[in-house]
Parts: sequence; structure tokens; C-alpha cells
Amino acid sequence: MGSPRSITASGAGEICAEHLQKAFGATIAVRDVSFEVARGEVIGFLGPNGAGKSTTLRMITGVFPPSSGRCTIAGHDVVREAIHARSAVGYLPERTSLYGDMAVEDYLRFVADMKQIPHREVARAVGRSMAAAGIEHVAHRLVGNLSKGYRQRVGIAQAVLGDPPVLILDEPTSGLDPEQVSEIRALIRALGDEKRTVVLSTHILPEVEMICSRVIILAGGRILAVDEPANLERRLRPFREYSVRLAMPTPDVLAKIGALPHVAEVASRERDPLSVPHSSAADGTEVIVRVEHGFDMRREIAATAVGSEAGLIELRPVVMTLEEIFLALVGGEGDRRANGGASRSGPPAAPAGEVH
Amino acid sequence: MRAVRAIARREFAAYFGSPTAYVLLAVYLTLSGYFFYSDVAFFVTFGAQVLETGLWRYVFIDFRLVTLLVLPLVTMRLFAEERKLGTIELLWTLPVRDYQLILGKFLAAWGFFLVTLVLAMIPFAVFYVYHPFALGPPTAGFLGLLLLGTAFIACGLAASTLTENQVVAAMVTYGILVFFWFMTWNEAVGSEWIVRVLLLLSLFDHYYSFATGSIQTADLAYFALFTLFFLYAGLRSLQSRAWRGVV
Repeated sequence: MGSPRSITASGAGEICAEHLQKAFGATIAVRDVSFEVARGEVIGFLGPNGAGKSTTLRMITGVFPPSSGRCTIAGHDVVREAIHARSAVGYLPERTSLYGDMAVEDYLRFVADMKQIPHREVARAVGRSMAAAGIEHVAHRLVGNLSKGYRQRVGIAQAVLGDPPVLILDEPTSGLDPEQVSEIRALIRALGDEKRTVVLSTHILPEVEMICSRVIILAGGRILAVDEPANLERRLRPFREYSVRLAMPTPDVLAKIGALPHVAEVASRERDPLSVPHSSAADGTEVIVRVEHGFDMRREIAATAVGSEAGLIELRPVVMTLEEIFLALVGGEGDRRANGGASRSGPPAAPAGEVH
Repeated sequence: MRAVRAIARREFAAYFGSPTAYVLLAVYLTLSGYFFYSDVAFFVTFGAQVLETGLWRYVFIDFRLVTLLVLPLVTMRLFAEERKLGTIELLWTLPVRDYQLILGKFLAAWGFFLVTLVLAMIPFAVFYVYHPFALGPPTAGFLGLLLLGTAFIACGLAASTLTENQVVAAMVTYGILVFFWFMTWNEAVGSEWIVRVLLLLSLFDHYYSFATGSIQTADLAYFALFTLFFLYAGLRSLQSRAWRGVV
């Protein structure tokens, strides 16, 4: 389970946000957001559109100050030491807008000047950033004439220019075709491997599953959870689950499986509120066996099924996808709002204090 | 200063990387050339005796109109285009202060205007070859024009920070500048005291002395204050993202 550190910032991380709040007039876009990202960590910032992701990232990158709370990047306060903090960040905004009338290399030289990279190091820094983004061969082409995928690469090159310790990428694959998406994801993974702190904001869940070690889930301007996807699953599901497909699931065999040690419940698939409906028409009937966390009961379940007349066809663990986790958390938040905030109708065993 | 230079250089190159700059230059030079020719023809035809009041005054007052027409079209893109393209957000995340952005953009537009003025001096040089004249009065006229243009640029830059629509930015600039021109046209608008204050504030009343070859400290101070006021207004407008967001 996630420690309290993941929710209330201690100030020791590369990015440390404490009780960030942002209001535009009467509208509160982000409320009481606290988290910490350790050096070298690749973290996913998840949330539906309008969740407050971009507003939070804009506060972190210094586009505008928070209405209250504070944030530090590499130990520098983003408001009081704005220039130092911004020097430590490479940012790719959601809408990657570049100067289309400049050649790629000229544009990166411009950014190098803005980042105050020493004159004698500019050529090398620009070369390295182009190499990192794989755009050396388009160095002399106008940015405006490049494909969207390549423009995104130029955006990433400007972000990594000068080797900032923190990279913040807001929806880096949005609007790209599948091939470009795959290329950009590979590029981001490579950047993460260089021990940079990377914050990846997206609403594409597989992207986070593939790239990030930890996720921050936002909805309605609040943090719902900060943890590793596996821990989030444990938190949302009080038991480990196995899918058991039997040719003839007699009450007798189901009772035997249910009587095994550490088995909490044997249920039909359809009764599971967290699962995605799926067909069981092909062969046999699927039952879900819920087992206490920390115990692997596959061998015993298989032996029980094989030793009976039930006919074991398949036995596999059921892992929640991040998408299911996300929907469970965000759905829970939606229900809570619909009930006027009075009830917590999310998954039953979500421990208070960790899932917000 | 490096960031200011980088922004100014980029913006200046952007002007000349699009046909707009050449069109605006052509319009300015054609109109100013026409006004120069017609004012010289007027001077010769009607046998005026004094260059300062018979020629230069008319030339520079006419040049003022051309400057008023063209400069808001030069400044309208400065921040409005950055907002529209979304490039402003990236600028805000770079280790650059807002005043450096303002200064860089201002210098780029000012450089463009400087190039325009240098080219607008060509008719004077040709005239000088055929009929040498005292250089002081037209120098004062050009200095006045430069200061007037600088004030226009500051105003246009401030207007450009307000919107992502370049036409709106240009219209706001025209509105402000024309108001500063018309404000003293009708003395019936208020008491003598109010008219005196309006005269002090009027942009174009401070320009007349330059047009006739005279440089007044009060006029220099006025243009400096006008320019600084609008640069500051532009800075505050940029900083307003703290409460109005990135729009």
C-alpha cells in the first residue's frame, strides 16, 4: 500500500507539491493537491478531461502561481525562485506549439538562449537534444513543414535541451497516429531510463501502464490516489482473484473449493462489480475464486477441481487493468459527488486516507 | 539580456520571414514618398519661404498619419499570435522573466520601425543632393517621429497582450491612439482647466514641436512616460494569467 508520504509531501522529492490550490474567479480548478515525485521516478498523471491535470502542471512549471499552497522543483520554490525552478524543468505542453517559421536547429538554438545554456555549449547541447529525439536528419527543415509526429519530437527535444533533471510531458501522444504514438512512447521510455524524473500526464491508461512506475489519479481537481498500479489494485480489491473455468461446476466442487484455506468466496463472474463483462459461451462456466492477499492457492484449487468430476478447463489470476482501477476510482468519485459528498460509494475496502 | 536579444532576434526575423513585413514597408514608403513629393510640390508651387514651417512641418505631420496607419499592424502580432499558436505557454515555462519577453518583443518592433524610418529618409537624401538644406529641423522631425512611433509600439504591444485575435489587438491600438489624438479637438468638452490637462496628455500636441524642428524636454519626457506606461500595462496584462489563466 502507498505510504502517507505519497499523499502529503515531505519536501524531500525532486518535485514536491503541498496543498496546491488554483481558483479562477469562483471556479476552483485544483484543490488541495499534494504529492511528491522522487528523483529518477517516472510517474503518470491520470485523469479524465477537466480533472485539473494541466492546471496542476502549469502551476508546477511556473506558467501561473498557485492560489495557495507551494511547490518546489529540485528544491526551488516555483514562485519565489521561479527562474531556478524553471531551469530545472523541461516541459512539453499539451498543445505542442512551436514556431513554424523557424528551422529545427534554429528553434533549438533559440530555446538554448532562453535557457541560458553557456554559448560554448549550445552547439553540443542542441546536437544532443536532437539525437535524443531522433531529429538530426530534419535539423535544417522548417518546423512548420514537419509531420505532427516530428513536431512532437521537436517539442521533446526542446524539453530535454540542457538536460533538465525534471521532464513534464502533458499529453505527449495526443493527436498522433498509432505509429507515431509507439515511437513517442519508446522515446519517453528511453528518457526515463536516463534517470530523469518524468511526469507524464495523459488520459491514455495503457501509456501509463507501459511507462510509469507510479500513478497520480485526479478527478474534479482533487487527487483520488497516488500509488503503484499493483497497490491500487490491492486497495480496490480486498482479495486476490482467480478465474476458474469448469466444464461442470457442480455445487459440490464449488463448496470444496470454497472450503479451502484462505479462500474467502467463490462467485460467478457476473456478480463482480469491478470486472469487465465478457463472454463465457465457448466452453464451460467461469467462476471467480477470491483468496486472501499474500496466498497463492492456484495449486490447491487446481487439485480440487481435477480431483472432482467438474473438469478443469482453465485457471488464471485476474489482474485489474489500470483502466479498471481508474474507472473504479473515478466512478467512485462521481458517485460521491452525485450523493452530495455524503457517502463513499467506491469499492468497499478502499482504506481511508490513501484513496482520497 | 541574452534572452531579450534572443526574443528580439527571433521576432525581427519572423517579421521579414513573412510577406506582411514587406507589404507594410511598401505601404509606409509609398505613402510617405507620396506625401513628401506632394508637400515639396506644394512648397514650390506656392513659393513658401521658410523650410521649417513651409515644408518640414507638413511632411512630418503627414508622416505621422502613415505611422499611425502602419504601426498597429506591425505590433498586433507580437503577443496575440503567441497566444493563438499556444507558443506563449512554452515561453512562460522557460527561465525568462515577463519583462524580458516584453522588452524583446518591443525591441523587435522598434527595430522594424527603425528600418522603415531609415528607408523613409531616402527622399530627403535625394532632395538634399539637388537642394542642400539645414539638417537640424528634419533631424528633429525624424526624432519626433521615432519617439511617436516608439509610443505607438508600446501601446500596440500592450493591446496585443490582451487577446489572441490580431485584428482586435490592432483595433484596440487604433482606438487608444486615435483617442489620444482627438481628445483636444473640441474645446467645448470641458472647462479651460480640463482642456489644459487634455493638451498635456495629447499624443499629437507633443509631436508638433518636433515637426517644426524644435526639441522640447517636456515632449521628450512625455513620450518616455507614455511608452513606459504602456510597457508596464503590457507587463501587468501578461501577469494577469495568474487569475485569468492561459487564454
